[in-house]
Amino acid sequence: MLAEVIFFFLIMVAGTAGELSMARAMRTVGEVTDFRPGGLIRVALRALGVSWTWLGLALMTLAFFALLAVLTVENVSFVVPVTALSYAVGALGGSLFLHERVTRTRWAGVLLVCVGVMMVLLGKRWG
Amino acid sequence: MRCRILRVQDSPGMGRMKSFHPLHFKTYILILLIVIFGPLGNMLLGKGMKSLGTVAAWTPAGVSRFVTFALTSELVWMGIGSLIVFFVAYALVLSWADYSYVQPTSAFAYGTAALLGHFVLGEIVSTVQWAGIMVICLGVLFVGRTPPSTTEPI
Repeated sequence: MLAEVIFFFLIMVAGTAGELSMARAMRTVGEVTDFRPGGLIRVALRALGVSWTWLGLALMTLAFFALLAVLTVENVSFVVPVTALSYAVGALGGSLFLHERVTRTRWAGVLLVCVGVMMVLLGKRWG
Repeated sequence: MRCRILRVQDSPGMGRMKSFHPLHFKTYILILLIVIFGPLGNMLLGKGMKSLGTVAAWTPAGVSRFVTFALTSELVWMGIGSLIVFFVAYALVLSWADYSYVQPTSAFAYGTAALLGHFVLGEIVSTVQWAGIMVICLGVLFVGRTPPSTTEPI
């Protein structure tokens, strides 16, 4: 049980921090407008030159292996919704770390997502 | 496929133009890929990992043996392939759209995950869980009403 709690924590916190780091890296790379293979390779190479990318990849790798571990003991329809708790952390991180304008409407949406996640959790318990 | 993108600002009347705006169009296309390939990858990984059983011992050697075993599974590799598509789409959309927009809107993936879990893996999804997924989708609709990008490039 303790191992599962730790893995869920890693999925949510390391996963969200990794995605925020990737978002920061991609913002540094700049808006992608060329979706041809050559253009995508150039974007990938530029992204690999940004240190935020490596931090993001490391954190997301950690979260990925935690996900693999949890999937061995829990159903995917339970595991995946639980990770949605990271939405609140993500919106806060986007506002504080990336200086995005998180409006009341966006916060309301994030809150609804969190409520939905709790319902999914309780639904699992009540079976 | 090259297109010039106009940055969207939060302005009155923008809602009516949303579906025709190039920024929204390519954002929606990439979010669609995220919503499809994320849950598909998770489902394939779930199916692959379940077939392997649990980790015998949480020691470096035990975990190493388990990871090596997992990487011989075709389902695990298909899952990894799907998650790579998901990851590329996610990274690309973040080059212009807000993280706080992309992350919640991609929550449509939870509905896809439940459908895949129920119909493909035969997992039991209760009424309350379905209702929770509907609330998540409602939250996504709220977020979807906000402009995808509110910041300037760094």
